[in-house]
Amino acid sequence: MRNLTVLILTLGLGLAILSCGPGNVIKVGVVAPLTGDVKTFGESTVNGIMLAIEEANRAGGVNGKQIKLFISDDKNDPTEAANAGGKLIELDGVVAIIGSVSTKCSLPLADKCQVARIPMITPTSTNPKVTVTDDGRHKEFIFRACFTDSFQGVVAARFAIDSLKAKTAAIMFDVGNDYSRGLADYFKRFFEAAGGKVVAYESYQKDDVDFSALLTKIKQQKPDLVFLPDYYNKVGLIVKQAYQLGLVTRFLGGDGWDSPAMLEIAGKEVAGSYFVNHYSADDPRPEVQNWVNKYQARYGQKPDAFATLGYDAGLLLIAALKNAPNAKPDEIREALSKIRDYPCVSGTITFDEFGNPIKLATIIQYTETGQRFVTSFAP
Amino acid sequence: MKRFNSFNLFKPGSTALILSLIIFTIIEALIITRVINPYIQTILSLAGIVAISALGLNLIYGYSGQFSLGHAAFYGIGAYTSALVTCLIPKTGFLAFPLGLTAGVFASGIIALLIGLPILRLKSDYLGIATLGFGMIMNVLFKNSHRVIPIMGGASGMRGIARLTSFPWVFCFLLLAVIVVRNLVYSGFGRALLSIREDELASESVGINATKYKTISFVTGCMLAGLAGGLYAHLYSYLNPDNFDFLKSIDVLLIVVIGGMGSISGTVLAAIGWALLLEGLRVILPSGIQEWRMVVYPLLLIIFMLVKPSGAMGGTEFNFLKPEEYRR
Repeated sequence: MRNLTVLILTLGLGLAILSCGPGNVIKVGVVAPLTGDVKTFGESTVNGIMLAIEEANRAGGVNGKQIKLFISDDKNDPTEAANAGGKLIELDGVVAIIGSVSTKCSLPLADKCQVARIPMITPTSTNPKVTVTDDGRHKEFIFRACFTDSFQGVVAARFAIDSLKAKTAAIMFDVGNDYSRGLADYFKRFFEAAGGKVVAYESYQKDDVDFSALLTKIKQQKPDLVFLPDYYNKVGLIVKQAYQLGLVTRFLGGDGWDSPAMLEIAGKEVAGSYFVNHYSADDPRPEVQNWVNKYQARYGQKPDAFATLGYDAGLLLIAALKNAPNAKPDEIREALSKIRDYPCVSGTITFDEFGNPIKLATIIQYTETGQRFVTSFAP
Repeated sequence: MKRFNSFNLFKPGSTALILSLIIFTIIEALIITRVINPYIQTILSLAGIVAISALGLNLIYGYSGQFSLGHAAFYGIGAYTSALVTCLIPKTGFLAFPLGLTAGVFASGIIALLIGLPILRLKSDYLGIATLGFGMIMNVLFKNSHRVIPIMGGASGMRGIARLTSFPWVFCFLLLAVIVVRNLVYSGFGRALLSIREDELASESVGINATKYKTISFVTGCMLAGLAGGLYAHLYSYLNPDNFDFLKSIDVLLIVVIGGMGSISGTVLAAIGWALLLEGLRVILPSGIQEWRMVVYPLLLIIFMLVKPSGAMGGTEFNFLKPEEYRR
């Protein structure tokens, strides 16, 4: 028993000594789920962030200083995310944090960072509440690299009118799901503002599996397209049933559609439908192809949206650090809020007054065998 | 039945009083001199909160032998209720927090009574499954709570709860929890619980109303969980239904077993050790191998169980926690 204690103490001491770095560094924290139910999302994100930081360090660092990452696991658990944030801020003394992946972890982490006045960039949390307080003010230290749910709704509406030339649309959404309801709401608002007509605005419950009544109703209205902002498993069911009822039209959705399982559930019926996404590896823009090659060389696989957004969050932070000569949190926040037209992989990013990026969105079409990149555009 | 001098745990000059005063003074002094930063203070508070909740489960499982997998649900009921109260009546100032905590404690207690009466007839694994079922139902309710009360946030979680919990609060409530459990256990009531744990039928045959005692211990234990939940809500200021699923019940169960079933000192030590170990590993392990935290921690559990299967205190107690006639 005593030997065991000695062993553990020695190991701990050794690790503690190893983890101490040289003095002239900028300490940056990362919070991501490295264990738990969304471990793969966390790993991709961290891979992306690490690649961005490694590149900057290899190019001589930022203002002559190397960036040192302090990575902490949140298990996709809100309490752990808050603890991880506290540890990075109080013990490691990081000047900025990139994290976390899911909204439920980013919310408490954002609280922590806002109170401690440490700038935070979440790579992938799309819920508007992460950067905005309940009374609609921007939490001035919180930013994100991905677009928000509302932005997706706007992009989808634009695409429907400009590219698909749709004049009428039907909307179906899950009334109990913030994400689905939010997207439906924004799509409706912008589709109508741009001169389109919403002929049906129908909701269903999370556990519904039979949509024939709703679909029959929509079929009678003969809409040019049906907007379906939900996750791939539900979308698959609805699309299949729509075709069985003879409602042959185009479907449009959000980033919840992005899954290899979509084709298994929906079958060939989903071919021809479009959805909005953060990024596509097939995008011919040189920034994207360059990034895909870099990532593949380093990790041996194609980068997914998480890795890309993690990389972009890293790029944004590095850009801000360059304009913050003393690397103080207040300076970094200031520099982040002033970022204009900064070239990232997922698009050229400008922060709006709520810390959300204004950038490109990618439109992807399902084919019978997979996904096809259609276009990327800024609304 | 023998009478115990149970209520003098904190009489002047007693070890318990001196010890708790010393610990409290040291920690507060370190907090004021900023040696203990807000992060460590949060972790210490979390350790105390977990200890309160585990003391509750210790009463239910450790002393009465009632296998409950629904403890986190009662923790959640306390958390949400007290958060709702402090959010809805923020104007009451200093009183809001005690009011919220009281509401949380009683909400947990009342629901525990309603649930306990029918399901406490079940024994061992069957009771475990019934409480597990209750925990799942509560989790679904939390996830859909925004349909009834929008500020509860449903699956996306409840935000903007006032940050009212501080270390002194947690410390005082932990002492209170220790006193409550200790006084219950070293009384005729506690003896009855132990006899029910050992053999329910035999206890009934000597005139112990098993249903009554089991229910009281279950309700008291769940009220402690509710108290812990209320403190938790105002420590992190954000509640998510996932914090109250059955895996969290397992964490508490683990603490009770590691501490040694039916030991107050063991439970408190194990709870503090558990919280400090999980966070300590986060600090010790370097950035590159953070995922090993969830390997090292279970490994330590296995090793600990092999080395000391009866738990840290093995069902015994520190002398100062016992009534005088029990001390050696």
